[in-house]
Amino acid sequence: MRVRAGFPFGPPTWPGSVARPPVERRTGVDFETDWARRYPARLARAVFVDQLLRPLVRALVPPHVHGVDRLEAVDGPVIFVANHQSHLDTAVLLSALPDRWRHHAVVAAAADYFFDNRLKGTLSALVLGALPVERGRVDRRPLEQARALLDEGWSIVIFPEGGRSPDGWGQPFRGGAAYLSMHGDFPVVPVHLDGTGRVLPKGAKRPTRAAVHVTFGSPLRPREGERTNGFAGRIEEAVAVLADERATDWWTARRRAALGTTPSLAGPDAGAWRRSWVLERGARKRPVRTWP
Amino acid sequence: MPRPGFVLDVDRSTPPTLFWHGEGFHLERLPAGSRIIYPPEPLDALSDPDEAIRRALLEPLDSEPLPALLKPGMKLTIAFDDISLPLPPMHRPDNRQRVIEAVLDMAAAAGVDDVQLIAALALHRRMTEAELRHALGDRIYDAFAPNGLLTQHDAEDPAGMLHLGTTDEGEDVEINRRAAESDLLVYVNINLVAMDGGHKSVATGLASYKSLRHHHNVRTMQHSRSFMDQHRSELHSSNWRMGRHLKASGVKIFQIETTLNTNMFPDQFAFLQKREWEWKAGDRARYLAASKSLERAPTRIARRIFQSMLAPHEMTSVQAGEVEAVHAVTTENVYRQQMVEVSGQTDILTMGLPYICPYNVHSVMNPILVMCTGLGYFFNLYRGQPLVRAGGVVIMSHPTPWEFSPVHHPSYIDFFEQVLAETTDPLEIEAKYEESFATDPWYIHLYRTGHAYHGVHPFYMWYWGAHALDHLGGVIIVGGDPAAVRRLGFKPASTMRDALEMATDVVGRDPSVTHLHCPPLLMADVTA
Repeated sequence: MRVRAGFPFGPPTWPGSVARPPVERRTGVDFETDWARRYPARLARAVFVDQLLRPLVRALVPPHVHGVDRLEAVDGPVIFVANHQSHLDTAVLLSALPDRWRHHAVVAAAADYFFDNRLKGTLSALVLGALPVERGRVDRRPLEQARALLDEGWSIVIFPEGGRSPDGWGQPFRGGAAYLSMHGDFPVVPVHLDGTGRVLPKGAKRPTRAAVHVTFGSPLRPREGERTNGFAGRIEEAVAVLADERATDWWTARRRAALGTTPSLAGPDAGAWRRSWVLERGARKRPVRTWP
Repeated sequence: MPRPGFVLDVDRSTPPTLFWHGEGFHLERLPAGSRIIYPPEPLDALSDPDEAIRRALLEPLDSEPLPALLKPGMKLTIAFDDISLPLPPMHRPDNRQRVIEAVLDMAAAAGVDDVQLIAALALHRRMTEAELRHALGDRIYDAFAPNGLLTQHDAEDPAGMLHLGTTDEGEDVEINRRAAESDLLVYVNINLVAMDGGHKSVATGLASYKSLRHHHNVRTMQHSRSFMDQHRSELHSSNWRMGRHLKASGVKIFQIETTLNTNMFPDQFAFLQKREWEWKAGDRARYLAASKSLERAPTRIARRIFQSMLAPHEMTSVQAGEVEAVHAVTTENVYRQQMVEVSGQTDILTMGLPYICPYNVHSVMNPILVMCTGLGYFFNLYRGQPLVRAGGVVIMSHPTPWEFSPVHHPSYIDFFEQVLAETTDPLEIEAKYEESFATDPWYIHLYRTGHAYHGVHPFYMWYWGAHALDHLGGVIIVGGDPAAVRRLGFKPASTMRDALEMATDVVGRDPSVTHLHCPPLLMADVTA
């Protein structure tokens, strides 16, 4: 049995008749990350990303990067919006980002997962430049913080599905990226990540070998009079078109987009086994053995 | 927003409670069902005290602005509170320095040449140069002291006192001649507890023994319920009569009163101001380091550590003008900082006495001052009715050493050795011994030329506790020198548990217990 040291050697007990004040949270969405954007932390992160993360990603899951040419005309801070299938997504996307954004980007990360304790929060902020966001409820504070960062010239990577895909199919996009773009006139670059869900799907403990593709789409901007929901839907469609482009070819994807027949990221509206069946058929390469 | 004070009901989950014990402190676990009265947190300080002072002087209460009262060729006297305030002494700049510099700026602008400063120390000891410099600042000291214009009140100087007649009740009103004969007397006060200030500033601070004995006596103190509540205090009634007589006699007083928050201890001792269950790891570490090292340190060293401590007090209000109008506002500000509502009396009142009281700054807290602090000051920190019921017991925690400062408290030594050896009854002491001590030429010589309290001062300390002695069924001192405690007429106990057990002999089985978690200062508003 563990014996606790009594007061004053140990912490005091709390009198039963005194109401406890609300605990001042320093984790979750309240985790302070400003320090991670100062020069010492940026230097450490740059060394980590360039000297360790990118070589590791290239060696283990070499991503095929497509569509970088679509970003040539883009200048200044950008909101990268990508689908989310795996914990590898952030590492792969950071590795694939063009140089001018890679060291000046923050990643919006789930506060309840990456910032639920001080150690994880510190590592997430230092290594990934992560910014805690609430995914379970609407909270304006992280949005205001993200907007302030965009104003300061930082780009933001957002996975608007709010979490990794549970079954390999996409989930509805939330409106945070669209809101940020509409309130600051920042371009949204849709990104489709393919294959990471096969390498390390949600729930898997060990990765398997599979091809990984990163496809950047053309920057999007809100249209005149467009509402946030409408723009969020357009961003989701743009990522779906990129997915279709990867599954078929650019021309087919463009034609289906024009006809409005682009397959949804969310997959068929069917029972679980059929959704899984379709997904397995779509896989280009079945895993043959566990890796490494 | 500072939290108000409150009364904690002790249960099994309540952590041990801090008790002061002279130059040290310890934690005691009080029985379940006891109550602990916690003081309010320190109020926010004035953001710009100098501007607040200037505004108070320009927009006084029931008085013309100070500049309008200052004229070339006039005789201006500025009197100020002595070393007994505030406690612990505050960090520089002291309130007195801030206020007096503002007053002198206006006097200089008005072309007033005849200005004199007087430390209003009544029958207290004279301040040292270092203490005066600390209170007034070097600028004031260097400008006035070398020219003999910074003086200390001498109640035994026949030529320096002026008798202004008697009040309606036959009380002699005799104050400092320079102050009485000035065209304007500016009094600069620091109001630490509700007893301070008002007419008591001049009528006591600048008075003589002949005048003081009318209210510093056993009857007055026994009829002051309490002397912290000016509306039920005979001490104040007498001072107010004298103050009004002064006004009627033509003494023009411009009163400036300041209040402080209860920020009493510097950062390394900040845990002394916190509620125990809110102590963080750093607080606990500092407590352990301080309490263990103080236990092992020689008393001389421990005393030096504490006596060199300066309080980070901050000014919470300043008001100036007519004495009574000013003091009404000041009292409200003191209550705002210190008042805690308490429901009902208790059988046993416990208190931990600190290392300091108004009369042992830079000195020794001798047994008589222990009695005065516990039964004079702490017992009287109430409004309404005493915290402890009639016939109840007070348990004090203090080492109560049989030790005196021969420089500061020479008459205390004789009072303790001769008077208390005979009797502890205040009335008998007053009738039999007061006159001889008050008029003893050696004590008067030490008071006038050294740094000694007046010969009669230990009597006043004893009278200060007269109401408590009359009210209580017993007094127990925990951890005190048994011989010294017995000489005071109290019972010594080794531990708090023993003391509580002993107290049941007086108040009966299963008594109610209340602990006064003080300092920081608080005042209990006790309802039935």
